[in-house]
Amino acid sequence: MKFIFDSDSWQEIYGSIRKNKIRTVITIIGVLWGIFLLVVLLGAARGMENGFTKLFGDFATNSVFVWTQSTDTPFKGYQKGRRFRLTDSDIEVLKSEYSDEIKFLAPRNQTNNLLVHDFKSSNYKVSGDYPVLDKIQKKKLLYGRFLNENDILSYAKVTVISEDMYKQLFDKGEEAIGQYIKINAINYKVVGVYGSSNGIDLDGDTAYIPYSTFKKVYNTGNKVDWMVITAAPDVDIEQMESDIILTLKSLHKVHPDDKRAFGSFNLGTQIDKLTGFLTGMQFLTWFVGIATLIAGVFAIGNILLITVKERTKEIGIRRAIGATPASIRQQIILESVFLTTVAGMLGIIFGGSILFAIDAAFGQGPDAALVNPTVNIPIILIAFATLITLGTLIGLIPAHVATIVKPIEALREE
Amino acid sequence: MIKIENLHKSYPIGKDSLHVLKGLDLHIKEGEFVSIMGSSGSGKSTLLNIVGLLDTHDEGKYYLNGQLIKDLNEKKAAILRNKFLGFVFQSFNLISYKTALENVALPLYYKGMGRKERLKIALEYLEKVGLKDWAEHLPNELSGGQKQRVAIARALVTKPKVVLADEPTGALDSTTTDSVMDLLKEINDEGMTVFVITHEEEVAAQTKRIVRLRDGVIISDKLTQQAKAV
Repeated sequence: MKFIFDSDSWQEIYGSIRKNKIRTVITIIGVLWGIFLLVVLLGAARGMENGFTKLFGDFATNSVFVWTQSTDTPFKGYQKGRRFRLTDSDIEVLKSEYSDEIKFLAPRNQTNNLLVHDFKSSNYKVSGDYPVLDKIQKKKLLYGRFLNENDILSYAKVTVISEDMYKQLFDKGEEAIGQYIKINAINYKVVGVYGSSNGIDLDGDTAYIPYSTFKKVYNTGNKVDWMVITAAPDVDIEQMESDIILTLKSLHKVHPDDKRAFGSFNLGTQIDKLTGFLTGMQFLTWFVGIATLIAGVFAIGNILLITVKERTKEIGIRRAIGATPASIRQQIILESVFLTTVAGMLGIIFGGSILFAIDAAFGQGPDAALVNPTVNIPIILIAFATLITLGTLIGLIPAHVATIVKPIEALREE
Repeated sequence: MIKIENLHKSYPIGKDSLHVLKGLDLHIKEGEFVSIMGSSGSGKSTLLNIVGLLDTHDEGKYYLNGQLIKDLNEKKAAILRNKFLGFVFQSFNLISYKTALENVALPLYYKGMGRKERLKIALEYLEKVGLKDWAEHLPNELSGGQKQRVAIARALVTKPKVVLADEPTGALDSTTTDSVMDLLKEINDEGMTVFVITHEEEVAAQTKRIVRLRDGVIISDKLTQQAKAV
């Protein structure tokens, strides 16, 4: 191993590289291209993944939505086609029976109403919610606050509106917090204004009012329109979904096999599909990147082999004046490793700069296609180590070829 | 120094084999200046290659510096070449991308000598062949005679026992031929064994002993006027 640290070895490599500029450049480009592709593809895949993550960012992705429809099977004396509603007691049963599985549960009642402020008015969705909704679907509050527990307990007539609603209902520059708007002819005090979310938004522009207030004002009794359930970490969300629906079926005297009675949407499963797609894409990236890398390394081997043929005479001279086969071999392997290393480093730097450029061009702003496209340092190191190993192995072939030719034959070559 | 007994060598050509050396006996003592004469195909290059450990012989015995050469692997051959032999080729065989000085220093590199030391020694030898001022020139910036003198310096730099010259003047005009031969004579006067292969009578005449080969056998082995003059 001494020869690696011997300045003379490097002198020799410098000499032979300087002599063979073109092939050196071509060789370097081959490997550079491979590792460049790997870095850029991995970075782009990561950027895409980050983009999706950002899209779901404000939303608890392991959520299930459940609502009621009508039965499709007669059961316990009920005809099919029976309509029924979720109730507050269902919520309590679920909360107590699935206390381990459920992280958050938000029952919701919603309607549409005219909202009026001074002489401006518009129709918007009005939603009766618990403060927990903010945990499931994070609201970006621009001013004020979201609903709190106190609002629920005191049946407060307060509301949280969106930025767009504010623009529609208020004059420019007008302070919204503390002002009153009329919803269905009842005055509500605005306590918060939220901005639009970049990602999933179930509600759109909605005036949020306390669940208890909604119940009283719209006289919904113990009925619940629908609910959002967020699973605790490590819970099989599909299992939880079917368990909960089964429980609800028994509570509402619905046939266990009834397909229509409960509607549900499992965000977790949908996202799993997407994540699966991303994983597949990452695998593809690795596959393509490594294949290109291997092709590049083979190109190095190939070119070194040609060079060795070209340099047969030189190698013959060196051997005539006392170079041992081992020293020739070391020389060529070291050259191969040196070339792959330089090419690898250039490829990584080049790929990194392209990622930087991509980030600057497409990675910024709320609608960015690729968010923060990066590659982990350990991945780079692994790719680099692989490259050097391959460079060594491939260097063995020309090195061997260089030494099996007898010096006499090498010298005879003109 | 070099002792050859009943040396045979043949090359396979297709199914047949070409018998090139047919039982040579040759004894070259230390300090001799020997030329091997012969037309092409006489086996003189083969002989030089065997003596120079660039090729192996089939039969017979070869002693270099008293050591029987037998079953050498490439590594041992390389070490022996580096230690005992200096080569001068017809086509100079300098490495084109290295300066004259680096070319001369290369055998010392394979000997494992440090850079500073070997460049210093190489410069001394370049001075000896009168090319000190050309040390930093690349071979293609030198004339044929200069190239051959660089090659001779390279052959001498390891202080070998024998200098083997294969048609050293083959690519040179008569003036430079003389200067190269003078240089070889000078080296020989200092005690170096010089072994020249040539087909030019004038070149051979400047050595001290002429061995003539024809069809793989020695037909004559005579001392020249040069030897008698000494």
